[in-house]
Amino acid sequence: MKILVPVKRVVDYNVKVRIKSDGSDVDLANVKMSMNPFDEIAIEEAVRLKEAGIASEVIAVSAGLANCQETLRTAMAIGADRGILIQTDVDLQPLAVAKLLKAVCEKEQPQIVLCGKQAIDDDANQTGQMLAGLLGWPQATFASKVVVAGQQATVTREIDGGLESIEVSLPAVLTADLRLNEPRYATLPNIMKAKRKPLETVTPDALGVNVAPRLKLLKVAEPPKRSAGIKVADAADLVMKLKTEAKVI
Amino acid sequence: MAILLIAEHDNSSIKAATLNALGAASKIGGDVHLLIVGCACAAAADAAAKLAGVSKVLLADAAHYADQSPENLAALVVANAAAYGHILAAATTSGKNFMPRVAALLDVAQISEIVAVQSADTFVRPIYAGNVLATVQSADAIKVITVRATAFEAAGEGGSAAVESLAAGPDLAQSKLLGRELTKSERPELTAAKVVVAGGRGMGSGDNFHQLLEPLADKLGAALGASRAAVDAGFVPNDYQVGQTGKIVAPQLYIAVGISGAIQHLAGMKDSKVIVAINKDAEAPIFQVADYGLVGDLFEVLPTLLAELG
Repeated sequence: MKILVPVKRVVDYNVKVRIKSDGSDVDLANVKMSMNPFDEIAIEEAVRLKEAGIASEVIAVSAGLANCQETLRTAMAIGADRGILIQTDVDLQPLAVAKLLKAVCEKEQPQIVLCGKQAIDDDANQTGQMLAGLLGWPQATFASKVVVAGQQATVTREIDGGLESIEVSLPAVLTADLRLNEPRYATLPNIMKAKRKPLETVTPDALGVNVAPRLKLLKVAEPPKRSAGIKVADAADLVMKLKTEAKVI
Repeated sequence: MAILLIAEHDNSSIKAATLNALGAASKIGGDVHLLIVGCACAAAADAAAKLAGVSKVLLADAAHYADQSPENLAALVVANAAAYGHILAAATTSGKNFMPRVAALLDVAQISEIVAVQSADTFVRPIYAGNVLATVQSADAIKVITVRATAFEAAGEGGSAAVESLAAGPDLAQSKLLGRELTKSERPELTAAKVVVAGGRGMGSGDNFHQLLEPLADKLGAALGASRAAVDAGFVPNDYQVGQTGKIVAPQLYIAVGISGAIQHLAGMKDSKVIVAINKDAEAPIFQVADYGLVGDLFEVLPTLLAELG
């Protein structure tokens, strides 16, 4: 079976983003970009399913600017067999991405789409669920364990109260949570090999998808800053201050 | 146009986060219809009818809603969406799961985890782990919104809405619940607690959580939380995690013990009223947001702190 893994190019998780001086958006000029960490976990899981003989092919898909190719090459260095870039300059929102992925799914017919649960830039946590809805497939989000057997996937999900185990029939959309696996480091030979793997480029037009944004970004701002408080001498001092000054205990 | 709020419940009572989402609904303005979906959940509908600001309770009670599968839940919401200008749910793991599916089926954007309502079509939401607040305007006919509970006042009681039955949708039977392993605790729920005591990698082990942090939490009537590092190390279950991709908390008092303070963790707790940090590393970033910082070895500080609390 084929597994499709959408990967997003985002600001690296270690970077503290800055806001443009006119407050119109965040400033992405000269900022280190990386693959969304949750997508890396998703790629790793798909590659493990291939290594276990369950998946036959792992296809990485990315949508956005031409340099998303780098993200696809990273996915292929981890072990994806090929990449598809849906190239556009339009600022893509989750619904548009879900529609693009639906079009790719109709062509590629994967049995599993394995997404990261959210991207760490817009923190939307939508695309996988939207794709499942558009395809009419079941969804198993926030997965910390995935077992595929025949036409079923058994997925352990991280929920507010603890864990939940569900069974979904395939094809299905799964989304990866943090503890699904620890992604491997791509080795140099695999990075070199990834450069020769097939990478196809398509456009939203060719897929017949209107990607115009639905939400208009009016402005961005920094949240109110918390200022550092004081250092207390010891536990007794702390308890006294919490009681008499902060009055929270 | 009225607002449809999908409630989270345990068949008899309404979950706290839904009360905050109701607070957000009242900021948007208009009639609020609270939808209760489940199996044998009439008691939850009665509880919902008493909430202030609810004009009508809709009850969809059927066997195939017992597990609250996102496929069945979304199908039901979509079938009833046309009468509404806004569809809301709390941004819990449940709301985050089914709401984007609703939005996609309605062909509208979802506005995730709003923290402020500027007008009926303009909302503020955090991006980049809460380091940036984006103001977004929706042109869609139906606004599908999840609400960050800590950003809105919880609605109280004092209403007397009528409860109407809603015809159940189809059973899509695409997924099956096999079981739930819920963390059992006598302590308050993490997202609703007035005091949170959280531990990080510095705790060293799950045993140390039990022996050192739990007595402190019990003394303060606090919920227990943790950093991602502590969860990944297996010290505590996943539902303890506070942060960008875990739980968002804003208690009166947050005590961070052995937590360095990565931005992903700060994203989950920096709106707490008072933050206390206990860490042996004086340079730890957590001290930059702490009102009270105590530099010291937590294995010495915690027993003393417990004794001082009497």
